[in-house]
Amino acid sequence: MTKPFLYVENLKKAFPGPRGQEPLTVFENVNFGIDKGEFVCVIGHSGCGKSTILNVMAGLDESSDGYVFMDGKEVQGTSLDRGVVFQNHSLLPWKSALANVTFAVKSKWPGWSKEKIRDHAMKYIELVGLKGSEDKRPSQLSGGMKQRVGIARAFAIEPKMLLMDEPFGALDALTRGSIQDELLKICTETKQTVFMITHDVDEAILLSDRILLMTNGPHAQVAESVTVPIARPRKRETLVRQDGYYETRNHLVDFLVRRSKELQGEYVQDDGDKEPEVTTPVRAAAGGN
Amino acid sequence: MLTTENLKAALLSVALLIVLLGAWEWSIEGTVLPIGDQELSEYEQLVGGSSGGSRIPAPSAVISHAITELSDPFYVAGSNDMGIGIQLAHSVGRVFAGYSLALLVAIPLGFLIGMSPIMYKALNPYIQILRPISPLAWMPLALFLIRDSGASSIFVIFICSIWPVLLNTAFGVAGVSRDLRNVARTLELSSLKTAFAVILPAAAPTILTGMRIAIGISWLVIVAAEMLVGGSGIGYYIWNEWNNLDITSVIFSILMIGIVGMFLDSILAAATRMVQYDT
Repeated sequence: MTKPFLYVENLKKAFPGPRGQEPLTVFENVNFGIDKGEFVCVIGHSGCGKSTILNVMAGLDESSDGYVFMDGKEVQGTSLDRGVVFQNHSLLPWKSALANVTFAVKSKWPGWSKEKIRDHAMKYIELVGLKGSEDKRPSQLSGGMKQRVGIARAFAIEPKMLLMDEPFGALDALTRGSIQDELLKICTETKQTVFMITHDVDEAILLSDRILLMTNGPHAQVAESVTVPIARPRKRETLVRQDGYYETRNHLVDFLVRRSKELQGEYVQDDGDKEPEVTTPVRAAAGGN
Repeated sequence: MLTTENLKAALLSVALLIVLLGAWEWSIEGTVLPIGDQELSEYEQLVGGSSGGSRIPAPSAVISHAITELSDPFYVAGSNDMGIGIQLAHSVGRVFAGYSLALLVAIPLGFLIGMSPIMYKALNPYIQILRPISPLAWMPLALFLIRDSGASSIFVIFICSIWPVLLNTAFGVAGVSRDLRNVARTLELSSLKTAFAVILPAAAPTILTGMRIAIGISWLVIVAAEMLVGGSGIGYYIWNEWNNLDITSVIFSILMIGIVGMFLDSILAAATRMVQYDT
């Protein structure tokens, strides 16, 4: 069996406990893969280590055990092949929106001419709908616009893998919706491979091909990998009327409300099968609607 | 709205100045020379006819003295008789030299301390012991080691401006958010590039605040240092005029120290505004 483009094997993170006590294991036995061009979301309650997993994948954090492989190579340290969109936009506040993007482009392609860097950056500024605001500093931009710049910066370096840590968590619902639409559009255009953390079930259903469900921490694990059965192109306003939406939503909510707790600390995988159980919610929740 | 507010404030400032100077002038006129018909006593003749108590010059005298001095600020009529401009230039020059040296040492060292918790812990005891020492306490040691009064003053300025810059740099660098560091890491910036393109601009407002505190302290200390070692400079000048009992000159010098100090501070304030950013 060929390995997926990116795969995570037996990942574990433990923090040393207070003197003499057991170390605190946040998550363990985390296994999953992501194919090229796939959009994968992970949902779980706070404290299950989602952000740590993402940081390990980005190379910003180290795991206690296990590996992350991308494109046949083990992930060690950060790389321009993996772009990160941070939860709180993390723009350089003294640079304009455009300069924040060119800064990233310049570090990816140091040999490029000034004009080429600018044009390339402008393309992504336009893609996120910020044309006309490119000379503004982050403090002059709204929360949603800042996060758009963050997304433009991550896409502009054309990473093989895009990692997003609750990118819309700090935004109001209306802004969040319009950026989700833009992200959906950009991902369709660029066929970007994305791994994204979210707390929002509807956001996950709208954007993902697959949703990973994590049990509660400590000793959290990826319990299930839910394939979203809704055909693309998806639209936010018509999503609820598309086939499979309610089944998927019920399945996810049921997991988050009930099963994530029940499964906590149990070893949810068979020894032989490293991948989490694959579920198609249409079947799983049939009759529940 | 704002302009009328500014106008009112300016008018009030001017009114206050007139009232204060007027009161000063008037109070002096009231005490001037008890010229009467009776002859002066021997004591009165000795002390120049005043009835005791030293006389402060009137503001009008100070102003006319200031006009004379400032109309030719750079004259040199001998090693002990130079214009106020020359004296101030000596002092500013020493401050500039000591201050620049301090920046050269304090900013890189502060960077190191801010980046490395180990360096911070290792150097902190020394900093805490050295920092509260009055800069003038170093003067005898400096004179003994350097054997040059001008260079010793520069050293004293160096030692007094190093601490605010060092601590503010360390504080600013250590306070750069983890997110910005992570951005630099995900963009695979070299550590040198991270330091100059991310950490330095992020910490610049804090560093500039330290530099602004340091220039203020330097200007306070140079006057005292020059009083102590003599030779030249505004501190020496003001002490010299005191020895000459030329109080008009002393008051004029005090004013000039204030004006130059304000000027130095406003340069640093402008520089701080240039690197300031809103988060």
